[in-house]
Amino acid sequence: MIRTVLRTEHVTMQFGGVIAVNDLNIVVKEHEIIALIGPNGAGKTTAFNDITGVYTPTKGRVIYSPAEGSEADITGKKPSDIAKMGIARTFQNIRLFKDLSVYENVLIAKHLHLKSSFVAATLRLPGYKKEEEAMRADVERLLKEVNLWDVRNEKASSLPYGKQRYLEIVRALATKPQLLLLDEPAAGMNPKETSELTDFIRQIRDRFNLTIFMIEHHMDLVMEISDRIYVLDFGNTIATGNPTEIQNNERVIKAYLGEDEDA
Amino acid sequence: MNKDKRNIMLTLVALVVLFGVACFAQTEIDSYVRRIINLCLIYAIIGLSMNITNGFAGQFSLGQAGFMAIGAYMVGIFTVPVNLRADVFYATPMHPWLVNIYIPLWLALILGGVLAAVVAGLIGTPVLRLRGDYLAIATLGFSEIIRIVITNATSITNGALGIKNIPPLNDVRYIFLVTAISYIIITLLLNSSYGRAFKAIREDEIAAEAMGIGLFYHKNLAFMVSAFFAGIGGGLYGALLGTVDPKNFLFTITYNFLLIIVLGGMGSITGSMFGAIIVTAGLEYLRLFDEPLEIMGVAIPLFRPGLRMVVFSILLMICVLFWRHGIMGTNELTWEKILNFVKHPLAGFRKKGVQGK
Ligand SMILES: Nc1ncnc2c1ncn2[C@@H]1O[C@H](COP(=O)(O)OP(=O)(O)OP(=O)(O)O)[C@@H](O)[C@H]1O
Ligand SMILES: [Mg+2]
Repeated sequence: MIRTVLRTEHVTMQFGGVIAVNDLNIVVKEHEIIALIGPNGAGKTTAFNDITGVYTPTKGRVIYSPAEGSEADITGKKPSDIAKMGIARTFQNIRLFKDLSVYENVLIAKHLHLKSSFVAATLRLPGYKKEEEAMRADVERLLKEVNLWDVRNEKASSLPYGKQRYLEIVRALATKPQLLLLDEPAAGMNPKETSELTDFIRQIRDRFNLTIFMIEHHMDLVMEISDRIYVLDFGNTIATGNPTEIQNNERVIKAYLGEDEDA
Repeated sequence: MNKDKRNIMLTLVALVVLFGVACFAQTEIDSYVRRIINLCLIYAIIGLSMNITNGFAGQFSLGQAGFMAIGAYMVGIFTVPVNLRADVFYATPMHPWLVNIYIPLWLALILGGVLAAVVAGLIGTPVLRLRGDYLAIATLGFSEIIRIVITNATSITNGALGIKNIPPLNDVRYIFLVTAISYIIITLLLNSSYGRAFKAIREDEIAAEAMGIGLFYHKNLAFMVSAFFAGIGGGLYGALLGTVDPKNFLFTITYNFLLIIVLGGMGSITGSMFGAIIVTAGLEYLRLFDEPLEIMGVAIPLFRPGLRMVVFSILLMICVLFWRHGIMGTNELTWEKILNFVKHPLAGFRKKGVQGK
């Protein structure tokens, strides 16, 4: 049986009177690419924030299984601890360390696995030196693989928009995640860039043996690479299924058309 | 890595040369100027310490005066010769447990730093959850609380009378060495993976957390290390003055360090060093504003004690309004830049394309 990497059980998130996410039950299995779609304000990002510890769900549990036979309830854990357990993410409105170099952005993502204490690091003890060298070698390999090595000394904010999106993904990869959450990775990309990104997501899934859970509005991308799709509307899960099922689902079509009518 | 080795060698050589200068200054320069040099060095340590939290970790803390006071009082309480203590504590006798304990200066400095760090750790737990202005206000408040506790613990600190008879330390060599060691340790920390984590928090807390950087741990670490060095700087300050007094540690002194790091560049280690020199020397020269001035027999009414601080505040305002990145921004003066400048003094003025050849 294939391992379930992430599971949400009845996750609900309420902000005052607004129920942003209502009774969300998602299952993400190892090596899958799962998409979360839905109109603006449907609660997709909120669901991500519930999973990554930015918010604590008002109700329900988030269960994460980092390896065969081990399961952890990560509901309400600190984002940094969740990241350490192997869940990395990107943000809808890119959150790079803007004033730092491309290289530093990725190197920082290696800090979470550092074993040396700050004393060992300050005194440059041999153990720390070894770790630092390994981190740097890793970052170099990663940046070369994704063609960002040439711009490693540029400020992150000086990269073109599309490259910033890639850099954010690479930074997340540097934490060595099991599960990668991408919040609208193709936002602002043209069709050609989107199709390149589609290939890239597949590549990194295979290359780094990842499970991917993503929010996306570009339907070409979603339909092409998703194993399964969850559709949210006003916080409610209105449909689940594979791309063909979703494309033909009445409620989904209605939710998207309804949005068009309002606009 | 070869370049790193070269840079370390160059830094060591520079430190040795500077230490030579310090030895020269100690014997050849009059005590007034030596005092200013020493104050520069001490302000450099404290400015640097403040830069750890404010410039690198991006946590706007204004608690430096309080941590300095802790260090200064550690020196004040324990380094006054035992036989002189009765003179100092003439109003309220010193607590019997303490009256015979003497600690050498170097140890008092370290203990002062450690105590300041411990206090910072205790304060940090509630305070570092706050952001921006709230953090600034809370740390400012705690700094005043420390001062008030010190003022009222009369049998330990001699209260508002302060502690006199601290063996005065107007020794450029000693203070230079402490500054150099502090500078090296802080630089090594800030250039390590932990320093990068601080910068990540400064740039974007949410992203830093998502990358597995524990906010609380790293903010507290920055805060405690900062307090440690502020305590050491404060201890030297007490030893330089030969006396400690609660009034020396009013929160207004923190603004001097704020000016140092803003002027030098928030997030620049070398910037803090330049800032310290400019501010200390500047404050000294601005003294002429405090003296009555007569031009052709007419007294200019503005020139009176206090004008110096007005001018100082205006400079701080101008700096913050028009020159927010200070001298260095978040950059450092590196050996690469210095060597390049030595090789091609004018390259910076030429067009960029030419430089490569
Ligand atoms: N911190 C918050 N406080 C109050 N309301 C919030 C908060 N975060 C999100 N919401 C509300 O929750 C709802 C869902 O927002 P969310 O950002 O999750 O939507 P989304 O599906 O990601 O939309 P989009 O496609 O525009 O990114 C919205 O009504 C939003 O206003
Ligand atoms: Mg969203």
